[in-house]
Amino acid sequence: MISANLSAIFYLVSGVLFILALRGLSSPETSRQGNFFGILGMIIAVTVTFLSTGNFSSGFVYVLIFILVGGSIGAFIAYRIPMTAMPELVAGFHSLVGLAAVFVAISAFLNPEAFNLGKPGSIKLGSLIEMSIGAAVGAITFSGSVIAFLKLQGIMSGSPITFKGQHPLNAVILISIIVLIYLLCSTQSSNLFWILLAVSFLIGFLLIIPIGGADMPVVISMLNSYSGWAAAGIGFTLENTALIITGALVGSSGAILSYIMCKGMNRSFFNVILGGFGATDEKSSSSSKEQRPVKSGNADDAAFLMKNASSVIIVPGYGMAVAQAQHALREMVDTLKKNDIKVSYAIHPVAGRMPGHMNVLLAEANVPYDEVFELEEINNDFANADVAFVIGANDVTNPVAKTDPQSPIYGMPVLDVEKCKSVLFVKRSLSPGYAGIDNDLFYKENTLMLFADAKKMTEDITKNL
Amino acid sequence: MEIDPLIFRLSIFILSIFVGYYVVWSVTPSLHTPLMSVTNAISSVIIVGAIIAGLSGNSDSVFNTSSIFGFLAIALAAINIFGGFLVTQRMLAMYKKKKKEKK
Repeated sequence: MISANLSAIFYLVSGVLFILALRGLSSPETSRQGNFFGILGMIIAVTVTFLSTGNFSSGFVYVLIFILVGGSIGAFIAYRIPMTAMPELVAGFHSLVGLAAVFVAISAFLNPEAFNLGKPGSIKLGSLIEMSIGAAVGAITFSGSVIAFLKLQGIMSGSPITFKGQHPLNAVILISIIVLIYLLCSTQSSNLFWILLAVSFLIGFLLIIPIGGADMPVVISMLNSYSGWAAAGIGFTLENTALIITGALVGSSGAILSYIMCKGMNRSFFNVILGGFGATDEKSSSSSKEQRPVKSGNADDAAFLMKNASSVIIVPGYGMAVAQAQHALREMVDTLKKNDIKVSYAIHPVAGRMPGHMNVLLAEANVPYDEVFELEEINNDFANADVAFVIGANDVTNPVAKTDPQSPIYGMPVLDVEKCKSVLFVKRSLSPGYAGIDNDLFYKENTLMLFADAKKMTEDITKNL
Repeated sequence: MEIDPLIFRLSIFILSIFVGYYVVWSVTPSLHTPLMSVTNAISSVIIVGAIIAGLSGNSDSVFNTSSIFGFLAIALAAINIFGGFLVTQRMLAMYKKKKKEKK
């Protein structure tokens, strides 16, 4: 048994180690060290908790058993998960943090003596407020993440689900959560606590269903943020510095990522959250696209164009992840490099289904990270490049975002792909992208459409090089 | 009059938000996915609460309604901790390989 002061200092140390873990991610070289700091911080926090409870009876054995069971499941998932499924994995993990927060809150509510929070029915007011906020946010994180997971996994349709009166309903529920927390704190009634949890689960579900597949980067980041705030809420209840620091770090991290993602789409956070984007406007786009000619080609034409180029820029998108084409793409690039062609990759901030998704996939395929560039770094290079190879991306290359103020994506930062001497566009069909608008790039003089599966087309091109 | 300890915790909380703000802006965009998985892992430090809850039963009855929720939370948080750190490790290792290969 160690003193409360000593354990508080150790919790502070582990909080600092978590800060260093995030700090390490500022460059790939320091990132592995950062991850080590994170693991160390976690070990310290868990060990100190054991020492401070000083309880090594049979309960302790069960704690170890549950850690081992959970740990093996986690380790198994971590080693087996394909990199393309990273968004689903992260969404799934968020739901677990949320649910764990809910369970800890329930446990503290049922047995406040164990946490020094008073007696059942007369829990300290401050603790009860913190506890119910932590539980409510945790419940929202859980059900929201489950929906995000189902949508990303394709079990649930990725298209927005909207109904009449959706927003007023959500508003009423959110207000009722605040009222419930107020009533709970004034009456200490356990029934109200369960109702609060149920309503919070419900709102998490309702908040995410109207949001479409390509807005998932924002949703995942937002849920990341929520899981942090839930942890912080529980941290206040338990008076635990490590949890408060971590909760604040994770909360602000998720919020920043949501902001970056929204900016990448030139949309406000509320616009994304209210959902329904891309569900409308179908009429206008289908009528205008019918009669415009496109040039389409095959792998042979594409190989010919690339062989005669001196620099190629590759623009990957979610379609590449779906087709699992990253390895085939790397092989194609290797062949190009053998022919002394300069190749770089251009990544749009919202390419893929979560922040940094494309970077991880390219890293998995052994693409050196110093060949991969962000939008601002590379956008001026398109004008000097010979070929742009667009694979699985669409809306992020649409020049309409710069030219047509009427367009729903007007003002969104896009990659200046059309400035290249020629554009190769791998796509299954001419159908519009997520935003539901036609891409002008398809009809440009210098664009050659390659209608095929991304992986198959890339392999065919490699053969023809 | 003494200051309520809550105020100290609130100070830590607010300052940590600022620390988080500046640290996360310095994260390179290519590592945003590992950032999410590692924040996931560290937010599972909520396991400390779960452990206290799990150990709340007395020696006669390890399991009561309250401690069962604690044990469940321990398992969930452990999935996250191991899964989160290991998958981050796996991703970061891929970033490493390439740099070597290149040189």
